[in-house]
Amino acid sequence: MKKNKINGYLLAGLILFGIFLVMMIIGLFYTPYSPTAMSSAEKFQGPSAAHLFGTDNFGRDIFSRALKGGITTFGIALATIAIGAAAGTLIGAVTGYFGGIVDDVLMRLNDALTAFPSFLLALVIISIVGPGKKYNVILALGIVFIPSFARVMRTAFASLRDVNYITSAKLMGAGSPRILFVHMLPNTVHTLLPALTIGFNNAVLAEASMSFLGIGVTPPDASLGYMLSEAQSMFGRAPWYALCTGMMIVLLVFGVGLIGEGLQRQSREVA
Amino acid sequence: MKRHTIFGRGALRALAAIGLAGALLLSGCGGAAQQGQADSGSGKTERQEANELTVGIAQDLDESLDPHYSVAAGTREIMFNVFEGLLKPTPDGQLAPAIAAEAPTVSEDGLTYTFKVRKGVKFHNGQEVTADDVVWSIERCWKPADADAPLVAGLAAVQEVEKVDDETVKITLSAPNNEFLACMTLAILPMDYADQATQPVGTGPYKFVSRVAQDNAVFERFEDYWGEPASIGKVTFKIMEKAESLVLGLQSGALDVVMHLSSTQTSQLSQDEFNIEQDTMKLVQALYLNNAEAPLNDVRVRQALCYAVDKQGVIDLAFDGYGSPLGSSMYPSFSKYFDESLVDYYPHDVAKAKELLKEAGYPDGFDLEITVPSNYQPHVDAATVIAEQLKEAGINATLKKVEWATWLDEVYSGRKFQATVIGLESKDMTARALLERFQSEKSGNFINYSNSEYDELYAQAIASGDDAEQTAIYKQMLQNLTENAANVYIQDLADLVAVRKGLTGLTFYPLYVLDISKLAWEQ
Repeated sequence: MKKNKINGYLLAGLILFGIFLVMMIIGLFYTPYSPTAMSSAEKFQGPSAAHLFGTDNFGRDIFSRALKGGITTFGIALATIAIGAAAGTLIGAVTGYFGGIVDDVLMRLNDALTAFPSFLLALVIISIVGPGKKYNVILALGIVFIPSFARVMRTAFASLRDVNYITSAKLMGAGSPRILFVHMLPNTVHTLLPALTIGFNNAVLAEASMSFLGIGVTPPDASLGYMLSEAQSMFGRAPWYALCTGMMIVLLVFGVGLIGEGLQRQSREVA
Repeated sequence: MKRHTIFGRGALRALAAIGLAGALLLSGCGGAAQQGQADSGSGKTERQEANELTVGIAQDLDESLDPHYSVAAGTREIMFNVFEGLLKPTPDGQLAPAIAAEAPTVSEDGLTYTFKVRKGVKFHNGQEVTADDVVWSIERCWKPADADAPLVAGLAAVQEVEKVDDETVKITLSAPNNEFLACMTLAILPMDYADQATQPVGTGPYKFVSRVAQDNAVFERFEDYWGEPASIGKVTFKIMEKAESLVLGLQSGALDVVMHLSSTQTSQLSQDEFNIEQDTMKLVQALYLNNAEAPLNDVRVRQALCYAVDKQGVIDLAFDGYGSPLGSSMYPSFSKYFDESLVDYYPHDVAKAKELLKEAGYPDGFDLEITVPSNYQPHVDAATVIAEQLKEAGINATLKKVEWATWLDEVYSGRKFQATVIGLESKDMTARALLERFQSEKSGNFINYSNSEYDELYAQAIASGDDAEQTAIYKQMLQNLTENAANVYIQDLADLVAVRKGLTGLTFYPLYVLDISKLAWEQ
């Protein structure tokens, strides 16, 4: 009856995420100042009309940096989750559908990957491929995110294996790839979507923590996490730096989190 | 029937997300322990009552604490309190007798130095210092078992070290040498003591008690010290690699003294709690270039970098204007050698830089990776500004932050780098200590500088017995480094030291040392 009504969570999430997205799109084409331009005359200025988020220790405009940093962070999170979800779904589909020895081997490998604390695993991967490059961070985080997706998707595919329409499809002679990706995949969306939103948020926070610890992106590139790590060294003198950067992260994570929750509720209500 | 509560799962998860972001903000703040809080009654801290001191340092000590083998300036800086040589540097840049009872007698031809060993000087292990220990220690540096060249280059002039009697040591040189005496500050160690690397024993006012790698080192006052005893009984050096941890440590009361702070850091400290003392670091901070690595092996490219970097801009932006610009490997407090005219040899001139790059075949610039040790905030800050300045000249510079151990390994020992920002100091009070490393075949020549004229000049300077002539040659060497743009010289950093109120006696040396024996709590 309330089939197409957008619930409050989804709406709030879309608004927050929308704000972030609009800022990113603007940031792609325009920033008030160059994000790396320094000025000794404008060091450590608090938020003002000229500098919405104030300036940092080099007199750089934090708002401009936050726009660019937001794009970096968003991009890394998106790419990370793409790797994690694609590989995870593939593994989940194969293991969940075929079962047996394939399932055992792949899932045990998956468990082995889970056995490492995710952060440590990312660190190891980074130290192998070398730090400081954006795509290395993406690769490391992407690999770290595979196991959780694989596990969730395996359950979704396994639960569909024996339903009637799949059995009919088999009887009609459909091949395994077709069954997996044409018939089953669309029906796992209600599992995949929330996993994607939660995963996305974890990726944002993971990138932030990695850059915060100095193993993520390197200057002069900015990411929200890297900016946060810079901000902490001047927290006493420029608290607005940490607060504004932190707020950007909250905006993104909160927004996407609410969207995820909203979608989940909606599918529950429909069902 | 289904009713949404205000704090549904979604809201909770969102709150958790905010919490996480908050935790990120705060995770750097946990390092400083809340010890030594001022007790409200007397206004004195616990440590002041106990006559103890905690000093924050930005890097761990060398793995080996053996004074003849330690490389890091930060290690020598504090081990200065543990070891002494026959002579000892004084705050005004002179040499005073320490283990030697008096200044040595020098023969008329300037070749023979006779030292009297002071009576009653004890090592921290209780043994008395004998002429045998002195001879053994000097020979250990002069003819090390594991290297062909002396550990201290100045000892190359030594021909013979001999014990005359139990109190007298005679050193003969092959040629007169003005800088030989400065080498006699090398640490005198107990003969045949094997654990110098882990449990060092010297004769200084403080004895080494213990260390915990990556965490701390503890010194105690040496009660049998021959000279004026130190005032403070126990000194703990706390290793905090993050710049902000040092500030938080001071603010929370965990630390009493921190050297080498930036103006950003000191501006966060309360004027009521701390005195900020200012000195220069006696460091040559530069963008050191790997002269063997393309495209930096082209002198025009190096010169272009010199023109592209605005030193004063670096000092203004990253150091609030504190700092003395340099033009070569010499800092102003060495006024005898410092050549003011080299400072502006390469004025900031982007057009000129571009032109030189074009000539060298890089009209569109090139990619430059600047490796910086992440624990030295001043170097990271300088590199950040430099990277931005180089952009104007079309050079795409990126920073690679590495741990200190990695820096030593990759950049200093391995020479696998393009450019790095670091500060080099003078081990003893000689110009030679700053200049000898740039000889082509020298092991410390991590920038791979190779210039035959420079090598020749160096040989001449060492051979010269005349002080004025030698000074002139050193100046030519400095000029040589500048003209060939061996490095992009930046500045001698201002050295801001935060000292807790109530602590007196901070003394600056023309060397990179912290003399804790002169510090005292007000009674």
